[in-house]
Amino acid sequence: MILVTVGAQMPFPRLVDAVDDWAGAHPDADVFAQIGDQVPVPTHVSHVPLVDPVELRSRIQDAELVVAHAGMGTIITCLELGAPLVIFPREGSRRETRNDHQVATAHHFGDRPGIWVADSTASLCDLIDRRHELRALTPTAPETSPGLLDTIRDFIDA
Amino acid sequence: MSRNSPRRVMAVASGGGHWVQLLRLRPALRDHDVTFVTVREEYRADLDPHDRLVVVEDATRWDKLKLVKLAFQLLWAIVRYRPQVIISTGAAPGVLALQLGKLVRARGVWVDSIANCEEISMSGRRAGRLADLWLTQWPHLATDDGPRYEGSVA
Repeated sequence: MILVTVGAQMPFPRLVDAVDDWAGAHPDADVFAQIGDQVPVPTHVSHVPLVDPVELRSRIQDAELVVAHAGMGTIITCLELGAPLVIFPREGSRRETRNDHQVATAHHFGDRPGIWVADSTASLCDLIDRRHELRALTPTAPETSPGLLDTIRDFIDA
Repeated sequence: MSRNSPRRVMAVASGGGHWVQLLRLRPALRDHDVTFVTVREEYRADLDPHDRLVVVEDATRWDKLKLVKLAFQLLWAIVRYRPQVIISTGAAPGVLALQLGKLVRARGVWVDSIANCEEISMSGRRAGRLADLWLTQWPHLATDDGPRYEGSVA
């Protein structure tokens, strides 16, 4: 299953519609999309407005590819579960979020193994086409830095 | 094992990425008496059955009425569980908890969200002044006056 998720705060039709168009051309692909309160809804993919966090986590675990906005919860969960992730950042200039922080996030996380950034719908479709290749390149999760945990432990104990 | 006796710790995060990052810090909280505070009852599924969870209003700094309700909920939790240390990964509930924690002389830890990769957030700057330990997860955002960089959750 290809999982699309745009988070709970606002819909993201540019992403959902691009995947929907791709799915129209690939009728055999199994796509599930969490789309928020987007209208009109996509026609080629199964979709829901919201997924509760526990179900979302289990869907990420099972997904062959996750396609998402640059939301931090999704990024960390994908890293943690070793799920290949394609980020399509919301752009402030298109009013898809309040500023360009998602572009910055995508820029900073895009070089991590297991994360790819699509900067256009064309590169998004290209990455979805290559999903089996991406899956093979995705490592299991990095742990929280031992130094960070030690600093917090020492502070609590002090 | 902790070198000293268990401390009462309150671990606070709002939803989404903030909560996921707090969970990634749990290894540092083991051995302590932890009260988790977040904004959605569903997150209980992320904890162990015996973990203590307090669910509070999901307020942002733009909604004054919800903020007042959140403040009372946090105050009640702080008075009830008397944390010695309060740790937060953001956002608004964490800032308020650090502030209210002063009433019981709780020491504060602020771990700024890894999402803030270009600059420290508004709540992060405010929390930095309240926290005794102020951390960023990006080395290029650390400064001599804080925050410090000691690593990240991913």
